[in-house]
Amino acid sequence: MTATPAPTAPAPFATRESGGRGGTLLLPAVMRSEWTKLRSVRSTIWSLFATFVITVGFGALFCLAYVSRYDRLGLRERLTFDPTAQSLRGIFLAQLAIGVLGVLVISAEYATGLIRPTLTAVPQRRTVLAAKAIVFGVVALVVTEVGVFAAFAAGQAVLAGKNLGVGIGDPHVLRAVLGAGVYLTIIGLLGLALATIIRRTAGAIATLVGLVLIAPLLAQALPSPWNSDVTKFLPTGVSTGLGAALFGVRPDSSRFSPGVALLLLVAWVVVGFAVAAFTISRRDA
Amino acid sequence: MIEVRRLTKRYGETIAVDDLSFQVLPGRVTGFLGPNGAGKSTTMRVILGLDAPNAGTATVKGTPYGRHRFPAREVGALLDAMALHPGRSARAHLWSLAQSNRISRSRVDEVLDLVGLTDVARRRVGPFSLGMKQRLGIAAALLGDPEVLLFDEPVTGLDPEGIVWIRGLFHRLAADGRTVFVSSHLMSEMALTAQHLIVIGRGKLIADDTSDNIVAGGSTTVLVRSPRADELSALLARAGGSIGSDNGALSVTNLDAAAIGDLAAQHGIALHELTPQHASLEEVFFELTGDQVQYRAASPEGGPTSSPSPTAHEVPR
Repeated sequence: MTATPAPTAPAPFATRESGGRGGTLLLPAVMRSEWTKLRSVRSTIWSLFATFVITVGFGALFCLAYVSRYDRLGLRERLTFDPTAQSLRGIFLAQLAIGVLGVLVISAEYATGLIRPTLTAVPQRRTVLAAKAIVFGVVALVVTEVGVFAAFAAGQAVLAGKNLGVGIGDPHVLRAVLGAGVYLTIIGLLGLALATIIRRTAGAIATLVGLVLIAPLLAQALPSPWNSDVTKFLPTGVSTGLGAALFGVRPDSSRFSPGVALLLLVAWVVVGFAVAAFTISRRDA
Repeated sequence: MIEVRRLTKRYGETIAVDDLSFQVLPGRVTGFLGPNGAGKSTTMRVILGLDAPNAGTATVKGTPYGRHRFPAREVGALLDAMALHPGRSARAHLWSLAQSNRISRSRVDEVLDLVGLTDVARRRVGPFSLGMKQRLGIAAALLGDPEVLLFDEPVTGLDPEGIVWIRGLFHRLAADGRTVFVSSHLMSEMALTAQHLIVIGRGKLIADDTSDNIVAGGSTTVLVRSPRADELSALLARAGGSIGSDNGALSVTNLDAAAIGDLAAQHGIALHELTPQHASLEEVFFELTGDQVQYRAASPEGGPTSSPSPTAHEVPR
């Protein structure tokens, strides 16, 4: 791209050209474009801020509530108490905030019609989807990891009042905290995949809420043993059920090991993006 | 150059584009005319690879659009000026498009300057007027300094000064040797802007010719005033003319001015006016597309009105 000296007339196209074409990678260019889009709208800042505040604030509140009740609790409740999971309970709500942002990353383009200029600039639609997923995924992972570590620190500080706190170096604790951020990021990515398939903000958010909050309740209503079988494969069940494998520290025989739980969550994202990549390539924009 | 060959696009039962073929050549402004719903936007979306055709092909510079690696450097397009994130600044919008095609930041400022939006570049575009959004859309189309340009109804929302500006811009771009393809349902505007016209109706090609030829091909009417109009009217009708009345004058078609004058002279009828009137592009357009208009307002008499409803909006697909 050569710049013309006179700003009032476009450069004669014969003088530029050459550059670009082969050799230059498309994906990094599209990722830079998506990064500019993501950081240039306020909804991004607000969603990330909400995710962080909810993660930390509710985590601390849950710990505060537990501490205030502690003297009235029975021995059994005291023994099953998981201080790590308690400080991370804000993610039940935070997953909605990060999920909404994941949805908006593409549904805002469908809602405004901006998807057409986007796909006109980059006709390689799966590259656009990949760039969005990578850029949003990295941003979401950084913010949610910072959030869960802050929530852990705040929660343990509260619990320390009753000498209930644990340290990040205690067995399984680091893995659990890291896992919580991974879980939130994966819910955000699921939101992005769903919004690519559904192309409507409201519809995608409703579907995501249905998947993470309502499906587990419905699954519980199934006859045994299907209820627990179905529940444990849902994203929430994989990670957050009783004695959560991924970010609880207490092993639970009815749940998956942390490694399997992580693989299952990744599988949800892979399936979501496989369908999304198929639909974005096949449909008229 | 843009080449569309035997293009057909259906949406369910509706045929939007029906076996359409044409070429858009460089070095001139080509107008793409048709009533609302004629298939103009659909054709442009197919050319840009946004919609897949059911049959036929569309190529830009000899290549299907999607095969261009950095298409913004080859083809610039403005489809819908409203397609913006309201919360993003004009500059960030253009910068995001530029980055995906590896276009420099200085070029972003250059096109902002070119369309006169430098002063508002850092403002969020939500409150922009339609005219400002059109200018931003034109800036986006020019970003990659492309050889081929497509504009879908670019004049909508521009103020008179903006319309003159955009007309000049199109002419400059064409004079550079670029391919400039501009759709419109406003014939009067295209008469001033385009040297070549492609007219479609209900997805089919109606005319593909220079603007001058298309206007010349329209029927000519002759305006006649005479104190003995009734008498003359009967004579003209016998001679094969078809007579209408126009504000106290006779409006005669199928006879030229010379024949009318001779006839009047033979019968000693005085003429106060004898004016041949070439059809405007607008009138030719209605002649060409008369039975092709999909959406029109019913006239009070129940018959079709002579013009498509200006408020009818193209159905977004």
